[in-house]
Amino acid sequence: MLILIDGKPFDGPEDTTVAVALLMAGQTMFRRSISGEPRAPLCGMGICFECRVTIDGCAHVRSCQIPVREGMEIRTG
Amino acid sequence: MSLPDAIVVGAGIVGAACARELSHSGLRVTVCESGVVGGGATAAGMGHLAVMDDSEAQFALTSYSQSLWRNLAAELPNDAEYLPCGSLWIAADEEEMAEVHRKDRYYKQRGIPVEVLDAKQLAEAEPNLRPGMAGGLIMHADGVCYPPCAAKFLLERSGAQLLQGRRVVAVDDGGVLFADGTELAAGTVVMATGAAITDLFPQLAVAPRKGHLLITDRYPGFVKHQIIELGYLKSAHSIASDSVAFNVQPRRTGQLLIGSSRQYGVTDGAVESAMLSRMLSRAVQYMPGLQHLSSIRAWTGFRAATPDKLPLIGRAPRLCNVLLATGHEGLGISTSLATARLIGDELLGRVSAIPREPYHPARAFC
Amino acid sequence: MIVIVGAGPAGMAAARRARECGAEVTVVDDNPAPGGQIWRGEGRWLADGVRFVPSARVVSGDTAAKTLLLETERGAGELPYDRLILATGSRELFLPFPGWTLPGIFGVGGLQALAKSGLAVRRKRILVAGSGPLLLAGASYFRSKGAEVVLIAEQADAFSVARFGAQLLRHPAKVLRAAQLQVSLLGVPTKHGCWVEAAEGTDRVECIHLRQGSRAFTEPVDYAAIAWGLVPNTELATLLGCDSLAGAGGVDVSTVEGEIAGLIAAGREDLARELYPRRDKAIRFAKAIDETFALRPDLRHLPKPETIVCRCEDVTLERLQFCNSFRAAKLHTRCGMGPCQARICGAATRFLFGWQDDSIRPPALPARIGTLIGS
Repeated sequence: MLILIDGKPFDGPEDTTVAVALLMAGQTMFRRSISGEPRAPLCGMGICFECRVTIDGCAHVRSCQIPVREGMEIRTG
Repeated sequence: MSLPDAIVVGAGIVGAACARELSHSGLRVTVCESGVVGGGATAAGMGHLAVMDDSEAQFALTSYSQSLWRNLAAELPNDAEYLPCGSLWIAADEEEMAEVHRKDRYYKQRGIPVEVLDAKQLAEAEPNLRPGMAGGLIMHADGVCYPPCAAKFLLERSGAQLLQGRRVVAVDDGGVLFADGTELAAGTVVMATGAAITDLFPQLAVAPRKGHLLITDRYPGFVKHQIIELGYLKSAHSIASDSVAFNVQPRRTGQLLIGSSRQYGVTDGAVESAMLSRMLSRAVQYMPGLQHLSSIRAWTGFRAATPDKLPLIGRAPRLCNVLLATGHEGLGISTSLATARLIGDELLGRVSAIPREPYHPARAFC
Repeated sequence: MIVIVGAGPAGMAAARRARECGAEVTVVDDNPAPGGQIWRGEGRWLADGVRFVPSARVVSGDTAAKTLLLETERGAGELPYDRLILATGSRELFLPFPGWTLPGIFGVGGLQALAKSGLAVRRKRILVAGSGPLLLAGASYFRSKGAEVVLIAEQADAFSVARFGAQLLRHPAKVLRAAQLQVSLLGVPTKHGCWVEAAEGTDRVECIHLRQGSRAFTEPVDYAAIAWGLVPNTELATLLGCDSLAGAGGVDVSTVEGEIAGLIAAGREDLARELYPRRDKAIRFAKAIDETFALRPDLRHLPKPETIVCRCEDVTLERLQFCNSFRAAKLHTRCGMGPCQARICGAATRFLFGWQDDSIRPPALPARIGTLIGS
């Protein structure tokens, strides 16, 4: 399934969450914390909010809760 | 422990400001706070540092206080989140635009830096406002802060002794009595307890006015100024019915603080979903993009409201040594510094920069 | 209509029992399929005739009007109920230590959830650490998916764990399960009285520093799965005004409590009462787990002054040390005021300082403003 991660295409797994797709693409940083630290998923169940990315222009989406879809545009940081 | 010269009851923004003022005037001050420093209405409110023109007395107090905030701005710590973003009063139609022009004349006559925006300029200043607005008025010198940390700063600067977790249950010319039965004597007591003043002075015409607020996740740049609809004034004026008015504030964190609502006669602090819904609907009417934003928390607070919309600053009637500093409704943060200065002036027999009479508590005793 | 929030073991059990009594049942869950965390991806089904509302989170509720406000990925709506069961499960307890915010450090259930959703762990070096039975279950799962589990580090001491193991003999089914786990973990080093002291890496975790008694050592890792127990998700219940809460106790307690709730909601308190002995037994077992895996006080000294405690607002330990209550911390440092709504740092500061989080406000989870406006 083709998605865009920070403008770059990635052919990733289907039937999974955006978080897993990003991790499989080798993405280590999902967002930057207030003090600039790189952050990535922690709890895997939609509680910690560390996996937030911008999906199709919508900010602060918990990627571990969203199924990945063809053509999704994901922005990290 | 030597006895204090003055006891300040309440460590919200007004109490903290009074503690600092009296301390700087040479008094030994003890502050009593039953909860957390900067809690209460101070923690619940919007932290708006505004000048208002509802009356000459309100203008005098807010503009004097704003100049004091400006002088303090450079010393404020980072966590007080001072942001000189200005206020933008927005007009939806020509009737409200007439009010914009009236305000423009009023403030210019008094040396307040303001600017009228037409519809096009308004859209450029705040692109997320809905199209079709008539224009607005920018008040350049207005700003915002984060009140709990501003209050904490003022209290720390005062060097006053803090008695935390101590609730005052009675006060007279000799001092205060705490809930645990202990007493503390002092030459002066300043009551800065917000709406709870009526627990100790039931005859005071101060009533709690419940307000709802909501804060979003971080959306830097979505809003640049504190934005207030002109209908806000109608809401603040209404003394009988529940009302909402659009009010959004950018925080330095990039979060948006959305308000406002006013309810009379409600003492339960629970968030009411109907009221919240009404308030947010109004906000979305002015800024449709808000509906897609993520909200983190909603809460309520109680403003201390008086019938004539002016605070009570000065000696309590029939008492010599007790001064009141309460009844600030939605302008507590804005007018805290001037309130403290007037309290200090009255206590020490100084001439004040503005007339003190309009705020004198005698008028509010039944 | 009985509405059940949560399709984990408790919610599924409640739905099954209520349905058996002939009630109309709807189950809401924020995942796309039933099973909760522990049965995620196992293809479990709700009982016949139970309506399932997936991928929906409960944002708030009106107990007077008897409705819940739900939000989905694209929309929102109200769900009315006659009786409401909250089976919202638990989350993992995370404790701060230097480097705990590095990418590649997950919870144990957290990494397991991601792996069950398709994250490849084959040939990854994974350290499993913290405390509780979940460590073994997680390690076993990772190994079954081809990961190299380099170590299981359990902070509880070997004696306590062995004593707990002896108690297991009273529960034959558990003995079998325990034996299966042990077999699946043959060859994986396990240390007791051992805990993580720090994590290190530039952009992601590269190694973990551990301590066991007087010995400090380091393990290079690809992933670390670290969690120190479970915290019940009681926020929605508190928001809706419940004061007596069942808490977290593992699958057995969850299942029997769910059954009891389902029967009571369906008006069959007589049948529910018959389950009390089973519940008492399950609660005793859950208590034994809690005692065995109680966190040692040493763990309070893991974070350094510059260690971040509140991850949402990047509040460090040194800033929190001036606060004397959670409310003071919230107001003065913004700890707990971020989008996780203190779910992570609230439990952590409770362990570190004994603070209680005294207030819950809507929304129960961050929600779009459009959702809160409603219809």
